[in-house]
Amino acid sequence: MSRPTASRQRRAEAATAYAFLAPNVLVLALFVLLPLGWAVGLSFQRTDGFGAGRWIGFGNYLRLVGDPLFWRSTLNTVAFTVIVTPLSMALGLGAALLLNAALPARPVFRSVLIMPMAVSGVATALIGLLVFDQNNGILNGLLGAVGLPRIDWQSGGAAAFASVVLITLWWRVGFNMLIYLAGLQGLDPGLQEAALLDGAGWWQRLWYLTVPLLGPASFFLLIINVIYSFSVFDIVFVLTGGGPQNATSVLVTYAYDTAFVSRDQGYGAALGVVLLIISLVFTAVQWRTSRNRDQTG
Amino acid sequence: MRTPPALTAVRFVGALLVAVVIAFPLYWMVVVALSSRSDLLGGTLRLWPERLTLDNVRNVLDSFPVLTWFGNSVAIALTTAVITVTFNLLAGYAFAHLRFRGSTPLFLLMLGTLTLPLQVIMVALFRLVTSLGLYGSYWAVILPTAASAFGVFLSRQFLLAIPRDLIEAARIDGAGHRQVFTRIVLPMSKPLIAVLFFMSLLASWNDFAWPLIALKDNSLFTLPIGLLYLQSQNGPDYGGTMAFALINVAPMVIVFLVFQRFFVQGFARSGLR
Repeated sequence: MSRPTASRQRRAEAATAYAFLAPNVLVLALFVLLPLGWAVGLSFQRTDGFGAGRWIGFGNYLRLVGDPLFWRSTLNTVAFTVIVTPLSMALGLGAALLLNAALPARPVFRSVLIMPMAVSGVATALIGLLVFDQNNGILNGLLGAVGLPRIDWQSGGAAAFASVVLITLWWRVGFNMLIYLAGLQGLDPGLQEAALLDGAGWWQRLWYLTVPLLGPASFFLLIINVIYSFSVFDIVFVLTGGGPQNATSVLVTYAYDTAFVSRDQGYGAALGVVLLIISLVFTAVQWRTSRNRDQTG
Repeated sequence: MRTPPALTAVRFVGALLVAVVIAFPLYWMVVVALSSRSDLLGGTLRLWPERLTLDNVRNVLDSFPVLTWFGNSVAIALTTAVITVTFNLLAGYAFAHLRFRGSTPLFLLMLGTLTLPLQVIMVALFRLVTSLGLYGSYWAVILPTAASAFGVFLSRQFLLAIPRDLIEAARIDGAGHRQVFTRIVLPMSKPLIAVLFFMSLLASWNDFAWPLIALKDNSLFTLPIGLLYLQSQNGPDYGGTMAFALINVAPMVIVFLVFQRFFVQGFARSGLR
């Protein structure tokens, strides 16, 4: 074990590492990092995607500030995130608690609850359209049959927004349940026994014991759900196309329409940069918190 | 803890209600797909239909290149999955067991791309694939999704569980890094390979936003893009749309249920930081 051999070995190890990393890193650099820089550049241009663009400095960003549709889409995105994130987590936790307890046919229930995860976003939205069709959809039919008023799921702004939320929940609850189930299965059953012996009721045990112990799972789901909600595309694009009257327009559908329908690609890129800033903020929060958790834990 | 039977019954009813709400839309897709046009338009459709027909499926197959789209989806999803698994395993092994300069920053950089929505880079990515001459081709869809940061992360986590001693021992016996990888790491990674493969297959099969931008020719469409196209042509004909939705959804739901444990492992592992 002389020193030159050791250093040669270390160099060989590093060379192997770079060779192993090369395919992934090259593809990532070419198809993610390069477009990232390019997108920032495009956001300072006026361009329709044909021929060279014209530099207009902060023109696109100034335009954003005065664009009512941008603000409407931002507001809708925030509202969607604020509604969908806690609801999908609460429903996911509820389902996980139910399926973690003694229950006949448990594997069947779990399979059914995670099935929507395998359905494509387009199919989910089209099935949603079928169920929520305000003229001859089955949901309004059922509402009518039990004497409730029929709801204008397509022509009413609030109802259309609600339909997007409900369909998203249907699609996403299974994922939230899976993460919570994994969390619950990692908990020490002895703690529950001890709390039970101390006379803690069901609600107390849930609120003061289970929920705090599931902290890491909840934190992970919070981040994932927020990021997912900020980039919700398939469902909105297919189900409502942002309508009626932009009531369901979100940042990502607005960015797509701007860049690929109106072909205002510089402005579309600027909308993308706004999304980038939002996602960077959340990544930073995630890193900070998980680093703190590493240090304390 | 002993559970009183009454409580179990309440739980069972609760779970049943939840399961019905989740399963009903999929059931309804199947019913509408297999119902005749007269039943659909005449408002005579029942929750439990008395007669079913394959008319809608036949109509859709006759009027749209559904089989071509199906083939495109299979080809693109399989190719993406194979490339992704290969790239991810290699990178994951390097991050888990090899020492090299820049390991940590590179890993963090990769993790950083995890949370990036496609819409941030879609305009530039569209221009990139156009200038590379890939626009409208299979590769325009496959390549940008091939380097999944999530897969690298998952691989590293899994491969860290392989004892370092085992690798060192093989090294002392004279095995090169490549031999260690192919003779020791790969045979031990079958569950990881399955997880990566199925997760990537699912993501690619259902991908919509990027193929919508990257594909232009009708004949190269994947199923989700074809589904949207068919719906725009078919208008309010739910029978046809649902018949095609069924063709899009059924294969992956079946794969998902059969290989459930790999998907569940993949999703659950994604929660471990």
